[in-house]
Amino acid sequence: MSEAIDVFARLIWWLLLPPLLPGLITRVKAWVAGRRGPPVLQLYYDLARLWQKGVVQSRLSSPAFLAGPAVAWVAILAAAMLVPLGPAGTTLSFRGDVVLVLYLLALARFATTWTAMETGSAFEGMGAAREVSFAVLAEAALMAAMLSLAVQTRSVSLSTMLAPFPGPGAVLLAAGLFTVLLAENCRVPFDDPNTHLELTMVHEVMVLDHSGPPLAVVLHGAALKLLLFAVLLTESVLPVGAIRPAVGMVLLVVGVLTIAVGVGLVESLMARLAFRRVPLLLLTAVLLCLFALLLAWQGGSVTP
Amino acid sequence: MNLNVLIGLAMGLNLLALGSSRIPSVIRAMSVQGVLLGIMPVLLATELDWHVAIVALATVTGKGLVIPALLRRAMRAVSIEREVEPIVGFELSLLLGAGATIGAVATARWLPVLPEHSGTLLVPGAMATVATGFILLVGRVKAITQVCGYLILENGIYLFGLLLIRSTPVLVEAGVLLDVTVGVFVIGIIVDRIQRTFDSLDTRKLTALRE
Repeated sequence: MSEAIDVFARLIWWLLLPPLLPGLITRVKAWVAGRRGPPVLQLYYDLARLWQKGVVQSRLSSPAFLAGPAVAWVAILAAAMLVPLGPAGTTLSFRGDVVLVLYLLALARFATTWTAMETGSAFEGMGAAREVSFAVLAEAALMAAMLSLAVQTRSVSLSTMLAPFPGPGAVLLAAGLFTVLLAENCRVPFDDPNTHLELTMVHEVMVLDHSGPPLAVVLHGAALKLLLFAVLLTESVLPVGAIRPAVGMVLLVVGVLTIAVGVGLVESLMARLAFRRVPLLLLTAVLLCLFALLLAWQGGSVTP
Repeated sequence: MNLNVLIGLAMGLNLLALGSSRIPSVIRAMSVQGVLLGIMPVLLATELDWHVAIVALATVTGKGLVIPALLRRAMRAVSIEREVEPIVGFELSLLLGAGATIGAVATARWLPVLPEHSGTLLVPGAMATVATGFILLVGRVKAITQVCGYLILENGIYLFGLLLIRSTPVLVEAGVLLDVTVGVFVIGIIVDRIQRTFDSLDTRKLTALRE
């Protein structure tokens, strides 16, 4: 019975909280620019409105056009359910679940790009190509980061990997994972979520042809992915799982909020990078995570 | 431990110099690295004597202030801000530099160093910095960036020399620093001459014969 309540509470966290983050980010951006900005709960209203609308589907596209967003959303939610929530741990934890999380995120990306190409639109094909080519480096960075945590804790299960303090490599990991977070969620130095110029968009252009409930699912999935990465980043840098439960939970929430504010500040203070400069920044993230791995490996050999 | 943090920072600055296309940020990376290198002998010494203090002070002023100021002056005189088309691309040089750093850290434990230096990153840091200097010297086409590469190479050698700081006379250190400063001074003049003769700082043009 308590298992069921636990899963239910987790579902509520992962389903209800995500749309808060984009709202917070827009609020921070509006505050820096001296505007009033939309309410923090704007995305909830948008989702509710989209849910009541009808679906328009191109005659060229197959039923996979509707299945894609659903597959992506379920994959991201499944990955999120495997990520431990600070002191609360996970309901389902097994050896190698970190690999499953990485692959579920990759599956979500596959479903999104597949759907983008369903309509045969050149713009969406371009967006899909960009998404996949950026992902090559972003996934390498994420894998290097997870590998460094695995080497540090000598475990391949997320709940033990993320619990302790990752040692001196924490700063490197924080910088690398924050860059990955920005890239994976198509935030500013990589992609401008507010732009309406199809030639320069990455994620937004892939979902141009969606409407109604599928678009709501896509938007919720994007917010969910942002929260997932924020939680992952907070837990890999701070010893959220190793201290008293109440403090750990507060630390987790504060960490996620700080990341949201940080993303908002980055978006207000930086311009989007030119496309040919993006690989350099992502490569820097890969190197940061690789050096964290090197540090974990060297530190492990000195003090076993 | 503190020394290792400083050397780690210097290694990070290596990568920053390799990855940035703007010449001012390469100069800044180099000068911050010079200041870090100047602080190291103070941390390395067991007690603070005048020898160490002079070396530290001379290094910080020379590498951190004088040489960068000379280079910025030269850069302003020829009004060049960016490295446009390097021979070795930024991504590739960053990868090469990271490979050199990882290789240096991985192989350093097999090198026969004194037991008191075996715990520090001095030797891998020196090797990585020298490699960075080489990559910048070979892979960039603008004269000012090549000078930065040369100076980073010299930083690497200085890092290696820290192993022997107790047995090096202060006169040698002073001589090296003076040589480097004069070298940069001369290069500043040469850069100006290249700019006037060729209307460009592309050193590849120096290899073509003209009437």
